This record gives sequence, structure tokens and C-alpha cells, in this order.
Amino acid sequence: MSSRLARSGVAIAALALCAALSPTGGWAGTTIVIGLQQEPTSLDPTADATASIDGMLTQNLFESLTTVNEAGEVLPQLAESWTVSEDGLTYTFDLVDGATFHDGTGFDAEDVKFSFDRAMAEDSVNPSKGLFKPIESVTVVDAGTVEIKLKQKDAFFLFNMAQGDVSIVAPESVEANNANPVGTGPFKYDSWTRGDKLVLVKNPDHRDAASVALERVEFKFISDAAAASAALLAEEIDAFPGFPAPELLPQFEADPRFKVVTGSTEGEVILAMNNAKAPFNDIRVRQAVSHAIDRGEIIDGAMYGQAVPIGSFYPPHGPAYVDLTGTYPHDTAKAKALFEEAGVAGTTMTLRVPPFPYATRSAEIIQAQLAEAGIDAKVENVEWGFWIDEIYKKLNYDMTIIAHTSPNDMGNFARGPKYFYGYDDAGYTDLWNRISAEADDAARNALLAEAQKYLADQAVHGFLFQLPQLGVYKTGVEGFWDSRAVLFQPLAGVSVN
Amino acid sequence: MGYFLFRRTISFVLTLLAVSVVVFAVMNILPGDPALSILGLDATEDALAALREELGLNEPVLSRYLHWIAGAVQGDFGISQSFRVPVSELIAERLPLTVSLAISGMVVTVILAVALGVAAAANHGKAGDWGIMFLSQLGIAVPAFWLSILLVLLFAVKLRWLPPGGFPGWSEPAAAVRSLILPTVALALVQSAVLARVTRSSALEVMRLDYIRTARAMGFSRRRVLWRHVLPNALIPIVTIVGLQFAALVTGTIVIENVFYLPGLGRLIFQSIANRDLPTVQALVMLFAAIVVTANFIVDLLYLAIDPRLKARS
Repeated sequence: MSSRLARSGVAIAALALCAALSPTGGWAGTTIVIGLQQEPTSLDPTADATASIDGMLTQNLFESLTTVNEAGEVLPQLAESWTVSEDGLTYTFDLVDGATFHDGTGFDAEDVKFSFDRAMAEDSVNPSKGLFKPIESVTVVDAGTVEIKLKQKDAFFLFNMAQGDVSIVAPESVEANNANPVGTGPFKYDSWTRGDKLVLVKNPDHRDAASVALERVEFKFISDAAAASAALLAEEIDAFPGFPAPELLPQFEADPRFKVVTGSTEGEVILAMNNAKAPFNDIRVRQAVSHAIDRGEIIDGAMYGQAVPIGSFYPPHGPAYVDLTGTYPHDTAKAKALFEEAGVAGTTMTLRVPPFPYATRSAEIIQAQLAEAGIDAKVENVEWGFWIDEIYKKLNYDMTIIAHTSPNDMGNFARGPKYFYGYDDAGYTDLWNRISAEADDAARNALLAEAQKYLADQAVHGFLFQLPQLGVYKTGVEGFWDSRAVLFQPLAGVSVN
Repeated sequence: MGYFLFRRTISFVLTLLAVSVVVFAVMNILPGDPALSILGLDATEDALAALREELGLNEPVLSRYLHWIAGAVQGDFGISQSFRVPVSELIAERLPLTVSLAISGMVVTVILAVALGVAAAANHGKAGDWGIMFLSQLGIAVPAFWLSILLVLLFAVKLRWLPPGGFPGWSEPAAAVRSLILPTVALALVQSAVLARVTRSSALEVMRLDYIRTARAMGFSRRRVLWRHVLPNALIPIVTIVGLQFAALVTGTIVIENVFYLPGLGRLIFQSIANRDLPTVQALVMLFAAIVVTANFIVDLLYLAIDPRLKARS
């Protein structure tokens, strides 16, 4: 008798357990759980470069003067509208009415000036201080108007003003933003369990609150690809916009519960060569490497076919794109001949690879391709901190593989010999200066096409492929961007049906 | 006994001191820069310089170390360079999970291993023994992370009995227990495979001794002889291995926490090393070292308890 009682007690306890765990039913349709691979250590996009801060908070919790849509076009945000002076140097922004910070303090032109002055200050730790470099001064005209004067024309100025590094913050709350962020956006901070999840809730006082479908957003941090896959399959999460493992996609494609989207990012994956160092200061060696690599084989092997090849340093989805993948077509015999001509045939080169799957997998294939062309490439897998220090800062490398995920980053090649490319070319720097000063879209795109061709001809790096945006969504989740022209993903338009 | 404790305490303090010097040295020699890992690749030189100043990275290494030690002695482990909150706060948030996991893993390991090991010894040379030995060989060969993935696929994805990962916190006890079941099993299976083999061979050795034969001859049941006479005398090697395994379990949580995305100390140390967050790494390694040293200390005390000869000698 007693044992039967005990047993039914266990059964009741088990039932209670199940009931206690059954998912939060009442929120269906208005709550979403989004999986993310990278967990930030701070929540302040104006003081930390971690991309997932932008992915979660930019244009969701924080807002900037402008925003950007999926196509990369600039739209108004905290600035309702703006005018640009004849000489292209003075921008006058009209600010929206009725925006308030989540702590109840009002938003006005003083907050804009405060945010810019803080980012531009000498002791500022803004991770993208370069975005503010063209700015001469920020002036409050009246509570609803701000005037920004530039030192030189900047074609990317309005686009840059949409980024998370340029989020508008309030002097009253800025100090605590790293753990308790306060912005003006359609979602506000609820809680952050470090190592587990970040929760945002809808801001009912937002000026566009009526058009926001989600009441609650949970970001769950899952770094392991197999665990991410299991969490999706067990329906613990609704969306994984940056799914880390292309090899695991077929099971989701075959499952009617899910939708798989392959889009593009701003990430150009390159086989970077140290242009400042022999033998890569010899264009023949760089051309030989370019001929030796077979992009199709790399994409199939490293990305399971889920990527678009590139022939220069510009995303294929951009308006100025030119297909230059044929500049140095895969040709092992030609590569061999060029290596011999340059006197490096049979030598050993190191390929130092950061710990990202796209890089480590590509490295093995490139190693084999270089071997066919008579070069012994030694692959060294290094840790990220090591990569930043040795390769990025000290240029202590022959070759490496890395994705450049910032938009409009062809200016990297104009950063001089101290930048880790070791590339120093006055002709290109001049071209880039013309691009950044060109306000007319058509004219700028023509110059951008010229720049792509310039870099491809110079064979500065081995240009491999554009990093894809692989998204896995539960059927019924709508509104995520397929491709990302920026690091953020606005959730105001996302819904769960 | 008093002398024993005194000697132990001194070696405990010296061990931690040595560990702190090694961690500080290694983290300083390792290439990497906390300022760069926070501000990223587009950071300008002046922003990096400002952040280094803010984080106190411009001070000489020795003065930073002495500063740290002075704080640590008073229980102040400093501010995390990447999270910008006190390290003690970060550890306090995560400790309950890792401790729960290590303890539940240990308990399951010991129960499973002792039961299987004794059963194998009792059935020495028979099918049961072979079966258990085969399974434990398999358990030793299987990596914990792979086993974890299999467990998740079966119990979370296919059968939907348990969550695939995550930890809701002890404020929801039922859900918390459920979410710890798979990680505990993944941790314990591999460890208990090792321990079961040790238990078996230790028990077999004791069973060959004369007094066991005498006990059987006196008519005690097999079961009684096994649990009352064999096991207590076979305990010393078992306890030694358990002590070593506790250290392995605590470090094993690093892998398990990643696979089950649990917010524990293992993930924290992983992230902190990547970010070159010296104060956090320092405190965590010290904590792990303290746990291991304490576990060894407890093992020594247990020797005293299970081996009366030692007590007589001391």
C-alpha cells in the first residue's frame, strides 16, 4: 500500500513537473524566441563592437537619427526629415515629436548633441570613431532641430548615421547602458541573464507602438551549432537568423515546420595576403595565388554550396557590383608558371586561420589547391585573440582568411601600410577619396565599379566568396530580412502567426 | 590531527598563490588585447588608448599583480574588464548552476559506478561481468560532447521528454531539475565507466583475501559479505579515484555547459579567455584550483574515516 502511494506520488509529481514546464502558452503569437550564436559582454553599442549587440538592440531598443531598410536605403528615424546645404557640408535634421527615453526622460536636440559630442570626445571609446571623423560640429538650433557641419563631403554620412555606434543616448542613463540600456526604440530592456538570454518587451509609449506586433522578445545565446540545431528541432526557439552551420540546413529544408532562407551579408571572405612582405609584395605571386584558388570547390567544400563567389571586394547584392570572378580564372598551370617566374615555386608559406568555420574549412581546401600549384602552405589554426594581436596589429603573417562584415568597407584598402593588408597604393587612395566625396549615386557607383576592378587587377588578395546570411525560421515567423546590408535587424515589423 | 590540518592549510594557500602567478604570467604572455577584443577591428588608435587607460592596462604588470593580490586577500576580485561588473557578481550568478551540475554528476557517478562495479565483481567471469565491462569500455571511449548530442537528439528532439538545453534558474525548481537531467547523465556516464572498472578490480582483489572466504564459510550470505565486508575494504582506491574525478567533473562542465547552453562558470571562463578578461579568468582559475585542492583534502579526511589503521598511526 505504502509503496503504491509513493508511486502515485511520483506520478503526480511528474505531472506537476510537466505542467510547470509546459511553455508559456498565453504569449503565443506575441512572443518570439530568437537564437543567437554570439553573446555580448556589454549592451552598449556605442562602447563595444560586438556585432550581436547591434543585432539585438540597434533600431530596436536604441534608435539613431536615420535608419536603413533591407535594400540598404536610408530612411528617417529620430530625424523626421533633413536638408543638405548646397555645398554638401551642412545637414539640418528635423527631429520627431513625442519620442521619449524608456526611463521617462524626454528626447530632444540636446540628447543628439550629447550623443555626438560623447562619441567624438578625446577620451571616447566608441568602436567606430572613424564614422564621426568627417564631422566638424554639432549644433542645437532649437529643441527639435540639429545642425551637423562636416569638414569634407561624405557620401556615406546619412547611411553611417543609422548605425548602432551612432545610437542616440541620454546623459541621465548613459553610464548604465552597458548593463541596463535605455533608448527611445520600440522595445525596451526587461532582463539579461548573462550566459543565457536577453529579454526585451514592447515599449507601449513608442510613437509607432500600434504597428509593433511583438510584445516580448527573448534572445537566447547558443554558441554550439549542434545545440542550436537541437533547440530549433525541439521548438525551443522560433528563429535563428544567423545560423552557423550550412551543413545542418538540409534537415530543416526537409521539415515542413521550418523555413530556410539563404541571403547575403556585407561580409566579403578573402584570402588576405601580406602585401608589405616578400613574396607577396610581388604582384606575380599574388596573381599566382589567385589563379591557384578554385572558388567553386571552396564554396562547395567549406560552405556546402551556400555562397556566391566574388572577384573583388564588393558584395554581389550591391548596386555597383561588377562580376570580376573571371579576372584570374582557376588555372593551376598558369599559377605554377607565375610562381616559378617569381622564384617562389616549392617554397613554404604559412596560412594563419582564425577560429571561424568558414575560415578553417576554406583553409584546408586552399592548402590543397596551393599544393597542386607547387606551394607548400602550412595551415596554423590560431585563436581569435592571437589573430587580432599577431595578424591584425603586428602584420605577422603570410596569408590569412577573414570576412570583412562592415558595409562600404572598400576604404580598407586606403588605410595605408599599417593596416594589416600591408597595401599602400596612392592611386587607390585617391580613387577612394573621390568615392567618399561623390554625392551623386550614379557617379559614385561608376567609381565603385572602377575601384572593384582596380583591386581585382592588383590581385591584392584572393577574393573568395560573400558570406551568406543563413536563417532558419519556424513556419509563421514573418518579417525577418533575408539579407543584411547592416548589422542590425529591426523587429518592429516581425510577427509570429 | 591539528598538525595535519595546519600543514594542509599552508599548502592550500601556497598552491593558490602559485596558481595566481601562473595565470597572471600566462595571460600577459598570451598574444591578445582586451581593448581590441571589446572595440573590434574598426577601432581607432585614440579610442583604444582611452579604453586601455580606463581598464588600467597601462600600468606595469607587477604593479597590476600586486594591486590584484591586495584586493583578493580582502575578498575583492576586481571588476571584469569585459562585463564591467564586479567579478564576484559574475561568479555568484553562475556558481549555483555549476555546483549543482558537478554535485549531481558526482552523486550519479558514484551510485552507478559502485553498483555496476560490485555487480561485475560478484559475477566475475560470467556474462553479467562481461556485459558491464563492455559497456564501461564503451563509456570510456565515447567523448562526453558526442554523447550529449545523442542524448539531446533522443530525449529532447525525438521523444520531447526533456528540454534540449538552457537553465531557467532555481526560482523554477521543477524546470531547473528537468533541465539538469541530460547534462548530469552526459557528465556521469563517462565518469562512472572509469569508476566502475576501478570498483570492480578493487572488489575482486579484496574477494581473493582469506577473511572473505572465512566469512562465506561462516555462512554469511553472498550479499552480506559483498556489501559489509568486501566493499568497505575496497573503498580506498575508489575514494582516490572519486577525488580525482571530482576535479575532472568540474572542468568537464566547461564542455557540457557549451553543448547544453547552460549559463555556468565553464561558459564564463571560455568567454573570458577569448576576451582576455584577466580579472575574471584569474578569479575563475583560482576558484577551480580551490575546488580541486579542497576535494583532495576531503579525500584525505575520508582515508582517515575508512581506514582505521591510519587513525591509529596518527
